[in-house]
Amino acid sequence: MREWQDRRARLRDLAMAYRLRWKRRRLLFRALRKRRQLTPVSDRTAGIAPGAILAAMTVRNEATRLPFFLEHHRRLGVAHFLVVDNGSDDGTRDYLAAQADVSLWSTQASYRLSRFGVDWLTWLQIRHAHGHWCLTLDADEIFIYPYHDTRDLRALAGWLERQGHASFGAMMLDMYPKGPLAEQTYASGDDPFRTLQWFDSGNYMIQRKPDLQNLWIQGGVRARRFFAGNPRRAPTMGKTPFVKWNRRYAYVSSTHSLLPRRLNHVYDTEGGERISGILLHTKFLPEVVRRSGEEKHRQEHFANSRFYDSYYDTLAGNPDLWCPQSRRFTGWRQLEAMGLMSRGGWP
Amino acid sequence: MTDGQGQQAQVGIVMLVHTAFHRAEQVARHWSAAGCPLVIHADKSVPAKTYDAFMKALSDVPNLRFSRRYRCEWGTWGLVAATQSAAEVMLADFPEVRHVYLASGSCLPLRPVEELIEYLAQRPQTDFIESATTADVPWTIGGLDHERFTLRFPFSWRRHRYLFDKYVDLQRRLGVRRNIPNAIVPHMGSQWWCLTRQTLSAILQDPERPTYDRYFRRVWIPDESYFQTLARLYARRIESRSLTLSKFDYQGKPHIFYDDHLQLLRRSDCFVARKIWPDADRLYQAFLKDPDNTMARTEPNPGKIDRIFAKAVDRRVYGRAGLYMQSRFPVEGRENGLTSAPYSVFEGFSELFEDFETWLARSTGARVHGHLFAPDRAQFSDGQTVMNGALSDSAALRDYNPRAFLANLIWNTRGERQCFQFGPGDTQTIEWDMAKDNNAQISVITGAWAVPLFKSNLNFADIRTAAAQLQRIESKHLDVLRSQWTKARVRIWSMAEFVESPMEPLQVVIDEMGLSRAQRGLSEAPRMTDLTGFGQFLQNLKNQGMHPYLMGNFPAGHDMPEPRPPKRKPYLVR
Repeated sequence: MREWQDRRARLRDLAMAYRLRWKRRRLLFRALRKRRQLTPVSDRTAGIAPGAILAAMTVRNEATRLPFFLEHHRRLGVAHFLVVDNGSDDGTRDYLAAQADVSLWSTQASYRLSRFGVDWLTWLQIRHAHGHWCLTLDADEIFIYPYHDTRDLRALAGWLERQGHASFGAMMLDMYPKGPLAEQTYASGDDPFRTLQWFDSGNYMIQRKPDLQNLWIQGGVRARRFFAGNPRRAPTMGKTPFVKWNRRYAYVSSTHSLLPRRLNHVYDTEGGERISGILLHTKFLPEVVRRSGEEKHRQEHFANSRFYDSYYDTLAGNPDLWCPQSRRFTGWRQLEAMGLMSRGGWP
Repeated sequence: MTDGQGQQAQVGIVMLVHTAFHRAEQVARHWSAAGCPLVIHADKSVPAKTYDAFMKALSDVPNLRFSRRYRCEWGTWGLVAATQSAAEVMLADFPEVRHVYLASGSCLPLRPVEELIEYLAQRPQTDFIESATTADVPWTIGGLDHERFTLRFPFSWRRHRYLFDKYVDLQRRLGVRRNIPNAIVPHMGSQWWCLTRQTLSAILQDPERPTYDRYFRRVWIPDESYFQTLARLYARRIESRSLTLSKFDYQGKPHIFYDDHLQLLRRSDCFVARKIWPDADRLYQAFLKDPDNTMARTEPNPGKIDRIFAKAVDRRVYGRAGLYMQSRFPVEGRENGLTSAPYSVFEGFSELFEDFETWLARSTGARVHGHLFAPDRAQFSDGQTVMNGALSDSAALRDYNPRAFLANLIWNTRGERQCFQFGPGDTQTIEWDMAKDNNAQISVITGAWAVPLFKSNLNFADIRTAAAQLQRIESKHLDVLRSQWTKARVRIWSMAEFVESPMEPLQVVIDEMGLSRAQRGLSEAPRMTDLTGFGQFLQNLKNQGMHPYLMGNFPAGHDMPEPRPPKRKPYLVR
């Protein structure tokens, strides 16, 4: 009886693996079709050295965030940025085109219909990231990992490869200020975490997704403040942004999960800790209040955008997200000690 | 200094190089500057262009030879062959060399080379080679220990893992056992040694060497056993330790040292460390360019490094108990503790005693919450709406993932004992998680949920309905607590039993919490609610056809339960 059940479970799993294989092919094909939407603005990909660490992202009106973003990730050892500009009108495009380590494409097509930019990036990754370790980020995500202040991304990639890992998980951590959002100040190029000093340290909820086998993590300040009545809708915080890329790989929904699904196994199931990082989320810089009205109107950020109307309305109302139990960010060692990320076996 | 060579005795460095040639060059110059002759072996798979550039770069270094090149793949004979031929060149070309030190291109001398030379000069007949029999070492990666020496390994573990495994299986099934030549006793240990000329030449010039070579060629990872075994045949004095500090992860792969290890390496007092990250500029700068000569040092002392690296292995293998996070999500049964610290659950106490929560907080110093799983909100202590870790009191968030809620609460309040109330009026989904958690201490007064009904101002029909429902829920809950899977420390009293002598069970529960403030004995008792008429109340329920049995026997007309002759011990389920 038991054996029979095991066999059935194995068969089901094989069937799922087969379905996902076709899903991955569909996603790759989709990316292939969407390549026509991209117009090269400045293509410097010829200068990508073998083994160079890459970063890929889609941006729209991120002129404020980009200077710090680029500086931070350059310091970590990103050698080249592959960027798709989705119809910016705030100078983002010119700024990026002037950067020597950025290759830029532009498009006016729909962000949502490109699976939030992922289709475009998948195409660029097929073309340029094969065999490279590649970070896939949003402009409001600052990637950190254990020892990021002393060991660069090549050291991390080397460690991961020696451990036999091809992917690296990093949870998003929503950073927020103390006081109403719009009353803070931030000047482009500044360290955003002097404004966004605070975060929720211990209210994350995790489930394992049976199909893609990734962890579905929800929680943080957005779950606490905007989705306390409807937690299922709370944003997904788990991501797998750093991958030794292969042209046959594809992200499924944003960078939350990818195929083949073994790449989603960035966690240990036997009680031990794998190494992991954090994406410090700079969404709540002061401009969010102004932009949330615009985002609500565009309906480009969520698959079922109407569920998120009240979320945008609250944000547009300039809320204070801080609470007495908020913690002030001091560095990666603090996050490691709190158990938000882990050094795993990397001493 | 018995042979009169005295001051001329030198330390020769055999260096195996395969990557990061600019660092190898830097280190080679460092050794050479201290007067050490060098023999360098470069892996055969290094492209000719790179190799030529490397040779040319080092052409101005005196007393340096390049030895015949072999293909060195991890775990194969090539590494031993390379070491043998390089060592032969060393012994032949540099007759003043007394000790030969085997190093790699990613090794970094941590102490001035002169100190190493002096250290070895004071121990002219000592061989430093880690060498232990297979039975005595825990480093068995891949499940092979003694079989390393009794099976054959013609396939590469790195490139042909499948064939490697299958061939091992086949040999096991056929019962193949190789003969170990001349009954030598296999020893294993770190690949990085420092041998005296006498021992090394005895190994290399042994008339039986072809026999040994043929044997070790098919041993698995011979570079960790060839010299380690044969040195035992000839050495006069073996110090079974390596002078090279090198640490391994839980898979047996060497760890790499980075810039942030600078202070640790400094304080280790080891002579040489490997492997060093090629981009660790600070380390190369610190140890090669401005070495610290000020300290008077003797023996290597890697204790602190050992502890830190052992901790990393622990974290990787066992993790932090009670932590659920993005890279630690154990399957059921492998949690190593569902929660991170002990906590106490009280069921029926705050119903029976009027000031139970404040009394408990006062007498134990623990943090005492109300009903954390109440249907409307989590009743955190002192009416807080957000607890440590910004944990919200929203019932929807809590019930979305009750297990995460409890694990988070206990994790966020590490160092402070947590207590909370629970009862049949609460959301019950958490009950199995608590019952299966050996950190939980659950104390139950059954039937105490009837007290608030008894005191309430509800219509009796509603009371009857509520009582029936609560009794049904609690009865199921008790089944869970008494099940064979329960790991929590559970104590169950019926209400009648408890009110008869409340202090004794309270003392037992609080003693077990092990909080120092409560150790001296409870000085005051919590105030029990007035139960006058409770027996009649239960009788009324019975008269209405509902049978309240969980509270025990409260006869109508009596205000206190009848004294029963032999008192039962509290019910302890383990």
